[in-house]
Amino acid sequence: MGDNLMKLHYDIPAYDLTYAGEASSNVKKLLVQLGIDPVRVKKAAIAMYEAEINAVIHGNGGAADVEISSGRIVICISDKGPGIADLELAMQEGWSTASDEIREMGFGAGMGLPNMKRYADRLDIDTEVGKGTRVTITVNF
Amino acid sequence: MGDYFHSVRLDEEKCKGCTNCIKRCPTEAIRVRKGKARIINERCIDCGECIRICPYHAKKAVTDDFSGISAFKYKIAIPAPTLYSQFKPEYSRNRLLNTLKTIGFDDVFEVARAAEFVSEATRKLVSEGGSPKPMISSACPAVVRLIQVRFPNLIDHLVKLESPMEVAAKIAKRKAAEEKGLDPADIGVFFITPCPAKATSVKAPYESKKSYVDGVISIKDIYLRLFSKLEKTSEAEQLAKAGFEGIRWANSGGEGLAAGTERFLAVDGIHNVITILEEVENDKIEGVDFIEALSCTGGCLGGPLTVENVYVAKTRLKKHIDEAKAAANSAGYQETYDENIIWTENIAYKPIMKLDDDIGVAMKKLEELEKINNELPGLDCGACGAPSCRSLAEDIVRGNAYETDCIFKLRERVRDLAAQMKELEDMAPPVMDGSRKQK
Repeated sequence: MGDNLMKLHYDIPAYDLTYAGEASSNVKKLLVQLGIDPVRVKKAAIAMYEAEINAVIHGNGGAADVEISSGRIVICISDKGPGIADLELAMQEGWSTASDEIREMGFGAGMGLPNMKRYADRLDIDTEVGKGTRVTITVNF
Repeated sequence: MGDYFHSVRLDEEKCKGCTNCIKRCPTEAIRVRKGKARIINERCIDCGECIRICPYHAKKAVTDDFSGISAFKYKIAIPAPTLYSQFKPEYSRNRLLNTLKTIGFDDVFEVARAAEFVSEATRKLVSEGGSPKPMISSACPAVVRLIQVRFPNLIDHLVKLESPMEVAAKIAKRKAAEEKGLDPADIGVFFITPCPAKATSVKAPYESKKSYVDGVISIKDIYLRLFSKLEKTSEAEQLAKAGFEGIRWANSGGEGLAAGTERFLAVDGIHNVITILEEVENDKIEGVDFIEALSCTGGCLGGPLTVENVYVAKTRLKKHIDEAKAAANSAGYQETYDENIIWTENIAYKPIMKLDDDIGVAMKKLEELEKINNELPGLDCGACGAPSCRSLAEDIVRGNAYETDCIFKLRERVRDLAAQMKELEDMAPPVMDGSRKQK
């Protein structure tokens, strides 16, 4: 197989839930066109969606950098938000720091990071309080 | 019949090559070429959106001609419950069913009755568990085909029970063979349909090897025949046997209400169905056990082969539902069925959007596609014959279109060419050019 590498970049707007999820649905479309196995497409799309939403509601917006090769997809979502103080706690289902306002809109159920872990084949989280968070999701094809 | 039989077709003569249908098609299955709309067979799901939207009536559904019934010794009509909603409410359902017997049919079996059997089996499946939730109804063939081409992860969610049409055909045929001592080959079962996708289902079934239905006649085609006889028909025979639950299937929400769970969701209109199925695929739907998804707005009442407006039809159907409720038909009618109604075949994912079988080649094409797409104007005007700039880019990398099919790209090229010509025209040879300085 060739050494093709497709790089994509998306800006993630802050606090704008109207368009939240656009980057992940776009990536999903591309994976379908590449003929990737539907189960893998679903894993990548959901994990990326969760990371994208987190960047919108917690991270003050950010960016998604995606690399697709014939063997895997690596999705890197970075923000310059508040960072995660207790990562272990944040990985627990149902634990969330989202505001009431966000919860009223149907987000902030505390499933973001747990879902990422569930669907990603590999999940790396790089976070520093006051600096920001970078989540790297890998899904193998 | 081949892999791609479709009921939905183009009437070449009427097509003006406009862009209405290409923009409305939920699977991007139509392109305009040489001034005529072309349906890409492997993408079409027979939803009939193009029939509805075409201002020139150039999209049609191929159904069987009424005269086809004469090929059988014993003819049975199986009307979709939608038929009841097409006539003035003063005509009872029983009168309507009796009228079917005056225009050439020997017997009638209501698909609404079979719908009740399917509901019974559905309730069992939903309560048993074991299947991935939410379960998705397979009653609408356009939705099943949509799932087949766009939502492969949801194939396992489908309720794999035969449609009320198939069940009705099976029961009607068996009963006629038993009671009249007929050879099954002499019995013709004809479905009276509001739906082109049902016609496709009969010719190219996905749930079994062969359909029990021998012909599909559209409501539109049979309407006048019935209308002219309705007034004078006697109602001597009690043919209306279905209960309100079965009749209600014609409505959006009807099947869902009979699924035996409060946790059901009913969605109608193919574009709304896509939105909901996307949410299901992304695990965004919670607390729902059963989804009724119907391609037409308003459910089968809104089918492209109906005569009456969907909202008027809804009001009329309500009267029939209420009457059946009052008469409690199905409660007093203890007929059972012993047919197997579980699918004997299955559907497989058709990756219609895939650019190439080789992922390396597909990646090259996808990169090229993105590059071309970025250079296109993004107006999605449809003048190139593709529904959007992105789909033109896709057609180009598939080798089915050229960049200059875009009128804006073409104009750019012409302008560049004109500028070059002007530049050349200004460059007179030195022997003729007095203005040039001598060196």
